Amino acid sequence: MTAHTFIDDSVPETGPAVSALKAGSPVETAVAGPWRLMWIKFVRNKVAVVAGIIILLLYLIGLFAEFLAPALPDTSRPQFTNAPPQEIRLFATQPDGSQQFLLHVTGYSMTVDQASLRRSYVIDDSQVVPIGFFVKGAPYKLWGAFSLDTHLIGPLDPADTMYLLGTDKLGRDLLSRLIHGTRTSMSIGLIGVTISLILGVVLGSISGFYGGWVDMVIQRVIEVISSMPTIPLWLGLAAAIPLSWSPLTVYFVITLIVSLFGWTGLAREVRGRFFALRTEDFVTAARLDGSSERRLIFRHILPSLTSHILAVITLALPTMIVAETALSFLGIGLKAPVVSWGVLLQDAQNVRTIANAPWLLIWPSAAVVLTVLAYNFLGDGMRDAADPYES
Amino acid sequence: MQAVTTERLSDGAEGDVVLRVDDLSLDFRLRTQILHAVRNVSFELRRGQTLCLVGESGSGKSVTARALLHILDKNGAITTGRILLAGKHGDIDIATLTERSPELLKIRGGRIGLIFQEPMSSLSPVHTIGSQIVEALLLHRRMDKKQARVETIELLRQVEIPNPDKMIDRYTFEFSGGMRQRAMIAMALAADPEILIADEPTTALDVTTQAEILDLIKRLQVSRGMAMLLITHDMGVVAEVADAVAVMRYGRIVEAGSADDIFHDARHPYTQRLLKSTVKLEQNQRADDQSAPDPATTRQPVLSVRHLSKLYGASTSWFGGHGHAIKAVDDVSFDLYPGENLGIVGESGSGKTTLGRLILRTVEPSAGQVTYLGQGEPVEVTGLNKRQLKGFHRDVRLVFQDPFASLNPRMTVKEIIGDPLIVSDTMRGAALERRVIELLELVGLDAMAMERYPHAFSGGQRQRIGIARALALDPKIIIADEATAALDVSIRAQILDLLLEIQKRLDLSFIFISHDISVVRYFCDRVAVMHGGKLVEMGTAEQICTNPQQPYTKSLISAVPNPDPRNKRMMHRTRFTA
Repeated sequence: MTAHTFIDDSVPETGPAVSALKAGSPVETAVAGPWRLMWIKFVRNKVAVVAGIIILLLYLIGLFAEFLAPALPDTSRPQFTNAPPQEIRLFATQPDGSQQFLLHVTGYSMTVDQASLRRSYVIDDSQVVPIGFFVKGAPYKLWGAFSLDTHLIGPLDPADTMYLLGTDKLGRDLLSRLIHGTRTSMSIGLIGVTISLILGVVLGSISGFYGGWVDMVIQRVIEVISSMPTIPLWLGLAAAIPLSWSPLTVYFVITLIVSLFGWTGLAREVRGRFFALRTEDFVTAARLDGSSERRLIFRHILPSLTSHILAVITLALPTMIVAETALSFLGIGLKAPVVSWGVLLQDAQNVRTIANAPWLLIWPSAAVVLTVLAYNFLGDGMRDAADPYES
Repeated sequence: MQAVTTERLSDGAEGDVVLRVDDLSLDFRLRTQILHAVRNVSFELRRGQTLCLVGESGSGKSVTARALLHILDKNGAITTGRILLAGKHGDIDIATLTERSPELLKIRGGRIGLIFQEPMSSLSPVHTIGSQIVEALLLHRRMDKKQARVETIELLRQVEIPNPDKMIDRYTFEFSGGMRQRAMIAMALAADPEILIADEPTTALDVTTQAEILDLIKRLQVSRGMAMLLITHDMGVVAEVADAVAVMRYGRIVEAGSADDIFHDARHPYTQRLLKSTVKLEQNQRADDQSAPDPATTRQPVLSVRHLSKLYGASTSWFGGHGHAIKAVDDVSFDLYPGENLGIVGESGSGKTTLGRLILRTVEPSAGQVTYLGQGEPVEVTGLNKRQLKGFHRDVRLVFQDPFASLNPRMTVKEIIGDPLIVSDTMRGAALERRVIELLELVGLDAMAMERYPHAFSGGQRQRIGIARALALDPKIIIADEATAALDVSIRAQILDLLLEIQKRLDLSFIFISHDISVVRYFCDRVAVMHGGKLVEMGTAEQICTNPQQPYTKSLISAVPNPDPRNKRMMHRTRFTA
């Protein structure tokens, strides 16, 4: 038979045996609120953090577009059409042959092909265009309110040229246009998503909380909307916009059109979560506590969803940005003089431009790809962090 | 190869040792720390004998069993120790085998069979029961498909599944919980293993089904001469089946010995405490209590239920057809007197939970009446509108089963307990804070707990928070729906004592819904037994538990395992066939 053995504890154990992973004070999670736990979990996902920083930078660029852009987006210099990008150099050769520190870009020398009368530009090392930070340049109104003329970077002499990313076919600075386009493209996503958010959360909540025929009707509406082919619909709606409207009005109408079809996914997500949560014990408990339906929805169920909704929004934003880009590219979205990434890409529609001035395709599309990727990584990280209580 | 050791495990004097665990330790890397889940655990499994690993949640008992088969989560690793499995050509050390080695795959399911707790999730829903057992046979025994099918029917017969030649082609969802567990056992036995590991095999089952499954496992083990490792938290189950017992706590075996030694000569304080809280629930606390009300029906009841019924699927559907009506609650009548504890006992599907919800009207009754007399005037609960119902819900409160799901994870403890007070506009600000502190002290929690979120608390503490919330509005009746089912046995006794203590201080009546007869016996004055939606028998707790009259009650009471190996209850069990 098995021998009777036992451990003789002089001091009884009071908890499971643990030892520290490594030196350093562990976070006191006992008093940490759910948002703090989410933050702890989010920060551990390095990719998402980097993506979040990139998104933040893009919005800052959009916010201070006038200051950051070396030139105004619409200033054109017909003598520099399709000029290639200039490089920033640190050292310049002095007349006596010595190297001296001087921030500069090299100028262009232009040749005209006599047969086709086409201008082509070659970087000319002998021409030195000194540049600097916080230089005086073209005057602008920051946020339409403050009259300023300081730019972050630019040629010391405003008459000189500095095209870090090259120019388009009208001789406008691509970098400046890209920076101004950031403001439009990034904000169109925000406004669109806000409208989607309101529609999606309200209809999704109602649908999920009440169920029954209310749910039936809302779900059928969602199905009808999501079954519509979007591109022809956009084409039709955009064609219906009167030509006399100002670019700004068109901008808002386009946002509205994009968001009216973007809310369905969010509504379904919210509805599903409501279905899962409304039968949870804590919701029944709140009901028995005497909570009204409004209090149940807004005080008890929605707070459990906020993090999920944030994650869904983050994943919905890039869809909006891509939609705007696609519409503008097709010429039915935003139109000049409004500058957006999609409008910039319009210039890269034909093969000849791509062959002669590839930067017109590369930089705007790089901006779109970077933004969409950053949003997706950020959204994934947020979704993973959204439920701080599992594992 | 390290796996083969020179010493042989089995020596004649000791009996056949099939598996020996030597100084086994397991570590888990968590986010902020390393958890030593198992520490220096040693035990032996002998042919034809049963070793029970007992412990409360988090004691490391399941992890130990899984380590024997190398089934560990990615962040876990064996740090020291050997797991020696006796073989024809010397012993194999399972601890040194790699995850995908052919030896390990041969041992898994071949020489060591495993039964899980959840028969619902351990069987595939898309394959027939038969094909899953046939697959195990084809993997581990050299058989063709035809032989395997014949063998499968034989196995199903052995685990006492009726009509095995027909049931072999049924799907998992067509089996009841007990039948699934039988099928699981058949699968574990398919390869004719020498060792059977059963991880809480009856925890998810009803008490009568549990008794049958334990009988079956024990019988099969003896007839096949298998060694068995049974993992459980239930001392009653241990007393019924164990030859040897090892008590685990915080990853260590604190005490080990023969079943008789452990139950009648426990040395370690933890074992003693565990036994005490188990045995304690065998007595009726209320019978010795002077304050317990006289069950005589001279006084006016506080709640009276008459002919309450709930039918599901009886209504005409959209397409005009009539579904089969299921009577979840069928013509139930009873009275609850002030200061009384009424227990409602039944197995799963007996309608006891639905009955509780019908009284609160979170589920609408199909027929019958509930009359509440707490405020002097009789109130017809079934006729109340939404606003009046809120007043009723203030007097009759519910305590939930799951302490994890019933507290909103996004609210602090103060917000949770204060919510009913805020909603009913009783108090706010400093008065609210004082009331919350008062309630926390009443349920034995520190006032410091107020600003914390529920995830910072253990199951027992959370249940206390749930009780504090129920008490916030000075209720007259508390309906406790399986309020202690999710708790460990030592915590269970604490919570029950807390409820009794609160009852002494406040004027309260309890309706205590439970599947656990010992809990009801401990806590209640009167007990109502439910079966198939009907109220089968009603009487004082002592009478129901010691002298039941109805055949169903008799079988139910006799199926409850007795935590004393010298007086096993299963030997003289009454069976009920309905």
